[in-house]
Amino acid sequence: MKTVYFDNNATTKVAEEVLEEVKPLFCELYGNPSSMHTFGGQIGRRIRRAREQVAGLLGCETSEIVFTGGGTESDNTAIKGVLAAAPNRRIVITTRVEHPAVLAVCRELENHGYMIVELSVDRQGRLDMAELEEHLDDDTALVTIMYANNETGTVFPIEDIAELVTSKGALFHTDAVQAVGKIPLDLSKSNIDLLSLSGHKLHAPKGVGVLYVRKGTRLSPFMLGGHQEAGRRAGTENVPGIVGMGKACELAAENLEAENSKVKALRDKLERTILQKCPDCRLNGDPDNRLPNTTNISFEYIEGEAILLMLDKYGICASSGSACTSGSLEPSHVLRAMGVPFTAAHGSIRFSLSRYNTEDEVDYTIEKLPPIINQLRELSPFVTK
Amino acid sequence: MWEYTDKLKDHFFNPRNVGEIEEPDGVGEVGSLACGDALKLTFKLDENGKIAEAKFKTFGCASAIGTSSVLTEMIKGLTLDEAAKLTNKDIADYLGGLPEQKMHCSVMGREALEAAIDNYRSGGKKKHELEGTIVCTCFGVTEQEIERVILENDLTTVEEVTNYCKAGGGCGGCQSEIEKIIEKIQGDKVKGVPVSAPRRAGKLTNIQKIQLIQQTINEQIRPALRAHGGNIELIDVEGSKVIVAFRGMCAQCRLTEFTMKDVVEAKLREFVSKDLFVEEDKESAQEPHNHRE
Repeated sequence: MKTVYFDNNATTKVAEEVLEEVKPLFCELYGNPSSMHTFGGQIGRRIRRAREQVAGLLGCETSEIVFTGGGTESDNTAIKGVLAAAPNRRIVITTRVEHPAVLAVCRELENHGYMIVELSVDRQGRLDMAELEEHLDDDTALVTIMYANNETGTVFPIEDIAELVTSKGALFHTDAVQAVGKIPLDLSKSNIDLLSLSGHKLHAPKGVGVLYVRKGTRLSPFMLGGHQEAGRRAGTENVPGIVGMGKACELAAENLEAENSKVKALRDKLERTILQKCPDCRLNGDPDNRLPNTTNISFEYIEGEAILLMLDKYGICASSGSACTSGSLEPSHVLRAMGVPFTAAHGSIRFSLSRYNTEDEVDYTIEKLPPIINQLRELSPFVTK
Repeated sequence: MWEYTDKLKDHFFNPRNVGEIEEPDGVGEVGSLACGDALKLTFKLDENGKIAEAKFKTFGCASAIGTSSVLTEMIKGLTLDEAAKLTNKDIADYLGGLPEQKMHCSVMGREALEAAIDNYRSGGKKKHELEGTIVCTCFGVTEQEIERVILENDLTTVEEVTNYCKAGGGCGGCQSEIEKIIEKIQGDKVKGVPVSAPRRAGKLTNIQKIQLIQQTINEQIRPALRAHGGNIELIDVEGSKVIVAFRGMCAQCRLTEFTMKDVVEAKLREFVSKDLFVEEDKESAQEPHNHRE
């Protein structure tokens, strides 16, 4: 059975070009870049090149790139590192729709005497800038707001937010794990102080991430025990991961525009047809400010996990904000924060595409999905014929 | 990815007895859209008083649907007395087991069956109603129901109780209450099992008292407030006076003084010291609040 992979916000396929670049680093060029000998030392050049490739995509300087063990580590480092370096400020502002890598860190800080402000969102998942401004004061150490939402794809006006936050004297961090490679960035012209990205969301391997730290930003290191990454992240470099990340960023920079328009066309066809063919469904998120690859649709009166398993039978991979898929009993915190009613929140399905998807896959899914929805609705006590 | 047995998958992909019986002898409806699963069970008896036909309609995940389907097969041919003896464990066993976090699906099946039998025995008048005091307000689970799943499945932890009947799985505010119910029923069995709630100690130093107050707020009070969009901050402790500030929805609420203050005071008296009283920080109460929905 063929696999139709529409779950690219969860993780992506490693690009063939990335794999080729990484291959020799396991059995041939396995040296430690910190070694004195040529065999190890030559690896340092590869890491430098990767740093240039990442900086190229982000539009920043190579000295502002810190390689980490992934997006979650980048988020943890940014938040905890900023607070440790600013002991006199006690307020952190974030949103109710952040990824747990940010939200759980903030809520834990609350137990250590910090005050956390969680901004709300409207029905489309949009922030209210006035609410943010109202909460910014001299005691605000950090504002951390995601670039684009992983569940709905809603993109926040991050440049405007960064300008507002930094003009009030606080630092601004953004979790851009879902945005990098899908939205053009130029950090040299931006007010963002810290930005997290993750390798495996943009066709690099798992286990590698980047934290961009604007020059001059005070940040305490999160990992101690070595001089690597200019003392900002100790530990022998994950060389294959870092080199893979560099190559993936280079590919993203080259193809960003062409791929986005291709992916967006596929996403739009998938979304439009599903909304046409299936009654009682609704789009979640801000239709105007959205990642080109993501669509989140709620099917009323049925439950997400059941839909996913039926799709799985046809090899179609998607994900759901339903409670039953997460092992918790409450549906997606993102959809609930947006005020999506329970009737729709339990039956939400996210399709997230990548440049490797084809129109055939979209057509196949459009053909398989509506009967699944009908079948489950026939089982539902909330549908009366 | 859930580990479902082949039997469950078969019943999910090929559900048996879907629908509603017209003019049924018994109807049982449990669950709701908000809770994430719901089941409507209908049956008809034959001339010997045995279940001749049973049908279901289910909103829920694969295991909720599979469990409902299997239930309709299990009860066919049984008298109502026999059917009434079915436990959730019987249903789960029949399926070759359910993932722990999905055990509540088997409990929902048993509840629907009971409701349908009650409905028949009351001459079609009785609808499923919650009996006893509600412990978990998020999912509407009563003390009686919690006691029953503990007894029937020999449960000893709050997590297990949540898996079996959802209680404690929302805001978490009732978890200490569930712990007490477990202790009451299981007695010696749970002795020595560490409990998450802070224990009230004898004489405390000032530092210990403040730490215990903070810990109680973090673990016992904040989760419940969070679930309703609110928050609480410990401002100061002066002797027996605990000064707190409410944020978010709680701060806007006009009833703050009568509701939240009392709840916080009760928790602090339970876990820290009986002589504590709570005051709201006036300065922060005057902060502007956001009135968006």
